[in-house]
Amino acid sequence: MKFKLRIWRQPNTLIKGRFEEYEVDDVGPDESFLEMLDMLNEQLIANGGEPVAFDHDCREGICGMCGIMINGVAHGPKAATTACQLHMRHFKDGDVIVVEPWRAKAFPVIKDLVVERAALDRIIQAGGYISASTGSAPDANSIPVPKPVADTAMDAAACIGCGACVAACPNSSAMLFTAAKVGHLNVLPQGQAERFDRAVLMVDEMEAEGFGGCTNIGECAAVCPKEIGLDFIAMLNREYLRGKLKGAGSRNA
Amino acid sequence: MADTADTQTSKAPEPAKTILDAKTPDGPIAEKWDKARFDMKLMSPANRRKFRIIVVGSGLAGGSAAATLGELGYNVDCFAYQDSPRRAHSVSAQGGINAAKNYRNDGDSIFRLFYDTVKGGDYRSREANVYRLAQVSNNIIDQCVAQGVPFAREYGGLLDNRSFGGAQVSRTFYARGQTGQQLLLGAYQALARQIHAGRVRMHTRTEMLDLVVVNGVARGIVTRDLRNGKIERWLGDAVVLATGGYSNAFYLSTNAKGCNVTAVWRAHRRGAYFANPCYTQIHPTCIPQSGEHQSKLTLMSESLRNDGRIWAPRQPGDTRAPGDIPEKERWYYLEERYPSFGNLVPRDIASRAAKSVVDAGHGVGPRRNGVYLDFADAIERLGVNVIRDRYGNLFDMYENITGENPYEVPMRIYPALHYTMGGLWVDYNLMSTIPGMFAIGEANFSDHGANRLGASALMQGLADGYFVLPYTLSNYLAQAKLEPLTTDHEAFRAVEEEVNGRVERLLKANGERSVDSYHRELGQILWEYCGMERSEEGLKKALELIPTLREEYWQNVRVPGESEELNQSLEKAGRVADFMELAELMCIDALQRKESCGAHFRSEYQTADGEARRDDENYAYVAAWEYAGDGRAPILNKEPLTFEYVALSQRSYK
Amino acid sequence: MQAAALYRTSIGKKAIMAVSGVIWIGYVVMHMYGNLKAFLGEAAFNHYAEGLREMGAPIFGHLHLLTVARILFVVSIVLHVWAALSLTQQARQARPQNYATRRVVQANYASVTMRYGGVVILLFLLLHLMQLTWGVSAVHGEFIPGEPYHNLVTNFQSLPVTLVYLVAVVALGLHLFHGTWSMFQTLGFNNERMDRLIRGLAWALAILVPVGFASVPIAVQLGILS
Repeated sequence: MKFKLRIWRQPNTLIKGRFEEYEVDDVGPDESFLEMLDMLNEQLIANGGEPVAFDHDCREGICGMCGIMINGVAHGPKAATTACQLHMRHFKDGDVIVVEPWRAKAFPVIKDLVVERAALDRIIQAGGYISASTGSAPDANSIPVPKPVADTAMDAAACIGCGACVAACPNSSAMLFTAAKVGHLNVLPQGQAERFDRAVLMVDEMEAEGFGGCTNIGECAAVCPKEIGLDFIAMLNREYLRGKLKGAGSRNA
Repeated sequence: MADTADTQTSKAPEPAKTILDAKTPDGPIAEKWDKARFDMKLMSPANRRKFRIIVVGSGLAGGSAAATLGELGYNVDCFAYQDSPRRAHSVSAQGGINAAKNYRNDGDSIFRLFYDTVKGGDYRSREANVYRLAQVSNNIIDQCVAQGVPFAREYGGLLDNRSFGGAQVSRTFYARGQTGQQLLLGAYQALARQIHAGRVRMHTRTEMLDLVVVNGVARGIVTRDLRNGKIERWLGDAVVLATGGYSNAFYLSTNAKGCNVTAVWRAHRRGAYFANPCYTQIHPTCIPQSGEHQSKLTLMSESLRNDGRIWAPRQPGDTRAPGDIPEKERWYYLEERYPSFGNLVPRDIASRAAKSVVDAGHGVGPRRNGVYLDFADAIERLGVNVIRDRYGNLFDMYENITGENPYEVPMRIYPALHYTMGGLWVDYNLMSTIPGMFAIGEANFSDHGANRLGASALMQGLADGYFVLPYTLSNYLAQAKLEPLTTDHEAFRAVEEEVNGRVERLLKANGERSVDSYHRELGQILWEYCGMERSEEGLKKALELIPTLREEYWQNVRVPGESEELNQSLEKAGRVADFMELAELMCIDALQRKESCGAHFRSEYQTADGEARRDDENYAYVAAWEYAGDGRAPILNKEPLTFEYVALSQRSYK
Repeated sequence: MQAAALYRTSIGKKAIMAVSGVIWIGYVVMHMYGNLKAFLGEAAFNHYAEGLREMGAPIFGHLHLLTVARILFVVSIVLHVWAALSLTQQARQARPQNYATRRVVQANYASVTMRYGGVVILLFLLLHLMQLTWGVSAVHGEFIPGEPYHNLVTNFQSLPVTLVYLVAVVALGLHLFHGTWSMFQTLGFNNERMDRLIRGLAWALAILVPVGFASVPIAVQLGILS
């Protein structure tokens, strides 16, 4: 297979970027999108050019490191799939493919397709945990968790923190990410003590990081490689409003 | 500094110099850890604030250690090459985590978990360490549940367990197929809490490039900020390496692309002994390589072997579609060779059998590089819905990657590199041979012997990080007499200079070939000669090929770009340079171990029916290699292994 | 005063939009229903229109409750528009550089056009008030104060006015479709089980309200009402 690529090239955060066009040939249909980029890079290195920088690590769809806009869709055309698990058989021979980095104020471009997502870590740091220091835990079975509750928590906890929700959102909102993290802990009995503080602190941090607000459009859930649902955003809204009305979130003030 | 271009000559290793002391406490095995903890020097909370600890790596071991040390009140600097600590490769583990809870009342106990682990490691691990691992396994589950890890539950709300990897008891806790991810998120969240509290400073996209040893004591590291190439010095009162394993030496493995040996290897060159580098584990159920440009191999859970039947065409070179091959021309080689265990033989046996079948020309698929894992019988017997319930997500994953529907055509599988049992030698306190430098998780060698059992890697990473290291490190700091230092010290300056020199040399080589092309070639050599089956002849061949390749690498590699920017080629170049050196040590170790044990299979040392033949009389020791300088053969040090509680016996799966 | 600071946060703004939206949903449903009285004849319609001024009698006096309602509607719409503007601005700032290529994956027309639709409805609202409440002669030459049925019929005898009205009610339908579901989502009442119910309600409102509104001018155009 042969492809024409339009790829965003940007040397660093400060210098303005632009699109460059490339061609790759002899791509096998079983190769992943990132392997196709590897091929391009080998080609560029051989010709004395500079390879395209892109983030990736596990290449099996779980670490959340990869993430690029492929033809205007976060992680590309296949639903519930990260870019590393997208295979070239989903494209047509001769396709023109446009590749861009995630674009959001909170995700500055470091180079080419690599963006800084530390803002998501800071949302977690604001309250995305249960304060249980090592050694303080009771026996694991002393806290029964109904199966449906554990399943819901797991649905939310499946989030890989890739940032596709932010990239796809017309408002650049991080609500689906934040909702997944809050949802995971807030439904569990262990998470109750800090429940409202958690919702308030994490959302407030999200706003402070410069993400947009949610307007319930749902593009986030549609591109989420782990299929996190919009329910969790509804849940977060409720937790947050209740938390604010209770005056929660002053713990760290 | 001759650096790496000069070859370490492959002459025979010197006879063992030292008998290493593991500092294992005295007394009955069940009381050793309690006794050790009681004997440890305590440190008051007020004093802990005065210490700074460097933790390299943020996976299960590093993340849990950094969080716990932060909770105790130490100042911690934690480093990760990824953009977030949550992405460390622990995240990829699927199956589960073992613990001796005996919630199923099926006869499990701490002693049984200990026993199984020592036996599974083919009697090449340290009994006292393994016993401690089994002891703290229960605390791990408690801790993780308290953190909110969403383990699978039964309808009564209690934790679910399953049997894993052929274990006879159900002791594996799991969170769907994402146990590693969920445990890592637990540790990551605990870490995030400490970062927020100011106890841990997190340095993401920062890679350790060398260790700083001052007067024989580990006192800091030198790193490169991957965003802008800045080389920085970090001072600490202790250094903890939690940087994972070295499967990526083989290029194609199930490890994440960034996994590397650099931190461990640099520490080795500064004086830390490297133990059992030849113990590398192969996982039998991975998806075969599909093309020349393949960048990694994907593992599918071992549980598939519970219902799938493995076969290959009886006729070598048979290119018919699987459906066209009649039953009597199908070779169910595992079922034939191992009538009682059949398709459920241990990982190493299943892997070796697949390799021998493929090597003999029975391979299937477009590249003739796999064997079939067929679910047709299971679907007929149980119905497609049962199979979908059990393996639906794995079947989907397989179809996504290969484009073939495993409900209709048999899966194709082939073994792949997966985990490395070898690593930095550590004593009972997890301290390496460099005082002040500790190694935890997959980065050390300690608990799995020559073969790791399923669902034990997560257990060991968290045991080290949450429950062992925080004690032993405190004990070290309470007694260490550390000289006051700053990063202006001569030792820091010298190490930084070396690091800069290496970076510069890589950029200046400006040769013809890309880093990846060398890495692939190295991987092929290792896979061929130091993979599933090793022989004296092959290893000697590899020991000729590797130094030559390494020499060429330093002359002819092309690393585009500059050092003062994000430069992924440069990152890879440094890592591959270290893999090139490690690869040689792996072969030297494999050559010196004239026995077959666990994952190390030497073709010369097998029983009449092709099983691994251990030599307990001569090889019941840990081979801990000491770096002797470039161009000099590494020195073999030995830690003898004694087995007081688990009687030595030969495995049999016939 | 955490609670009072809600208005500064995006979820707080959204909650303000949801609550003010509910008030306006109530309003348009009542208004649509009231409009249908035109089919009962001039007397009935004029009686209904006059009755609005006497709402709440005898507890409330002439115009009392209507004035309260008007204030509530004005305050609601001001808050609704302010919150929308503020969220739009936040979204703009959150993505300083836009994508070169962008494909919508699942979003429906209603959800992505909320902001534009809102502007259309707001502009129409002003026109509508000028035509039928304030009787601004430039937009409604035959307006006679106190004769609502006459004003209604003469207004919609103009084809352009009717067309503008129809465009506006379609925009209203779209706005209601996304707004209704969105309101439950924002206030946190949505979940997997509720979702179908809420989507159903959104569909019902998005169809019934515009159809009800549109029936009157269409009837005028067809000569059924005169």
